[in-house]
Amino acid sequence: MAVAKRPLLSKTMRHLALLPFLVFALFPFYHMTLTSLKQDKELYDRHAAPLVIRQGPTLEHYSKLLWETEFLTWTKNSLLVTLLATGASVAIGTVAAYALARLKFFGVSTFGTGIFVTYLVPTTLLFLPLAQVVNWLGLGDSKWALVLTYPTFLVPFCTWLLMGYFRTVPKEVEECAMVDGATRIQALWRIVLPIAVPGLVCATLFAFTLSWNEFIYALTFTSSSDQVTASVGVTSELIRGDIYFWGELMAGAILGSVPIVILYVFFLDYYVSGLTAGAIK
Amino acid sequence: MTLRARAGNWLDRERVLGPLFGGPAVVLLLLLVAYPFCIALYFSVSNAFIGRPSHFVGLRNFINLWQSDAFRQTFQNAFVFTGIAVLFKVVMGIALALLLNEQLWFKRMIRGAVLLPWVIPTALSTLGWWWMFNSLYSVVNWTGIALGIMDPPGPNWLGQRYYAMAAVITVNIWRGLPFFAISILAALVAIPKELYEAAEADGANANARFWHITLPLLKPVLAVVVLFSTIFTFSDFNIVYVLTRGGPINSTHLFATLSRVVGIDTGRIGEGAAISLYLFPILVFVVWAQLRYVRKQAY
Repeated sequence: MAVAKRPLLSKTMRHLALLPFLVFALFPFYHMTLTSLKQDKELYDRHAAPLVIRQGPTLEHYSKLLWETEFLTWTKNSLLVTLLATGASVAIGTVAAYALARLKFFGVSTFGTGIFVTYLVPTTLLFLPLAQVVNWLGLGDSKWALVLTYPTFLVPFCTWLLMGYFRTVPKEVEECAMVDGATRIQALWRIVLPIAVPGLVCATLFAFTLSWNEFIYALTFTSSSDQVTASVGVTSELIRGDIYFWGELMAGAILGSVPIVILYVFFLDYYVSGLTAGAIK
Repeated sequence: MTLRARAGNWLDRERVLGPLFGGPAVVLLLLLVAYPFCIALYFSVSNAFIGRPSHFVGLRNFINLWQSDAFRQTFQNAFVFTGIAVLFKVVMGIALALLLNEQLWFKRMIRGAVLLPWVIPTALSTLGWWWMFNSLYSVVNWTGIALGIMDPPGPNWLGQRYYAMAAVITVNIWRGLPFFAISILAALVAIPKELYEAAEADGANANARFWHITLPLLKPVLAVVVLFSTIFTFSDFNIVYVLTRGGPINSTHLFATLSRVVGIDTGRIGEGAAISLYLFPILVFVVWAQLRYVRKQAY
């Protein structure tokens, strides 16, 4: 009871209890940022304190990354792959989700189970045979292989998420429109989709994030410097032999995360609601 | 009736529109999931090698695997890695969710910070951890020594087997914790306040309220979260690949990373496919458990 009488004290205690969690979550980002801004001589001084910058910050690592490596090409590849795969997957997922949520047709329940199962299939289960398929299609070492294969995990995900949203739209709204002479497709386009916009935003955000963050397919299906995505470029091209350029490496890791961070800052609430709606991967 | 109206009528039939809408997804999943899965099954019983015709070899790949130290080590690693990581994520996730459910200053910002490790590309954030565990410049060791917890020079995190396992598990917890915390938080918010008020009136203390009200009501969410996390922790690739490449001496290899080494680096696709198929029983179990216990409703 003593605690309840002093709400301010107990509130402060709560924040203190949260502190270790916050440090755990954020420290790696702080340290990465710091490393990317340090001059080499401080970075590799074993007597310098690693937690602060004493000898002045520098943007040297960033300028090297941007102008002396292929980083901008990798980022362009990532953007191209992510935008195309996301667009296609959200479109395919939307119609599939509508079919699952609303329509009765032959095989609908098998289809639903199929989507659920593929939603759980980890990408690491099928990357070897998919690499063969990609080669047979003549897409070996091409970013187009990623545009083709990313929908395999994005479509089940978008379908699953959107199916939940469509089910929350009352059937009556649609039926009213159809009684007034609209076709089902018109009702979907003009009535259901506008109501489901939060769901569509959510599906798009998550598809974008999953696609941008994808690693094993990109690592396996592409290898040339002009085809790889940002994650693969930074993790494999910036490391040559046993010499690591930690400053550039950290600058690359940070810049490679920027698009996601921007989306995240603007759409935080969608990320939280999408995650609790079953966004897992 | 115009052609357009007739087409419209025809499309209004659910039997027609359903397959039309589901079609693209079905074709995609058949060609790029079901078919590759069949190829994986075939590879696993063949001596497929990059750029060479393959022959049926029965279960030889699986037998070879069980005779290889690397695979047996990987098999053990996968269970150790998943078991410890999921356990920590559950316990820490509940603790963090309970804290986030209280009155807080800057609530939205705190939630945003907590969720951040989960949205940043794992391969890239793991590079940060790689640097933090660096053998010469480890900030973890520097801090530990400064606080007097570690004796200089501190452990060589990625070069010693148990430390390396601890390191990959730590990063997995770091990355997966937000998902647990936010999912559990959503379930906490949904628990009716009256239950706690009634229990308090009956004299139940905070401890009893947690064990007799909160935890039982969290069970369904915990089941879903643990099942999902199990499959994705088992099949993890990025963290181990960036941090240790499975080393030192295979002590942190997981199915996915070993499968890549065998299937791509050494070209023995058959054996590589057999290794990644070990993820399949886990997948079957999780799907079965989900369908059987968690989602009573069809699909």
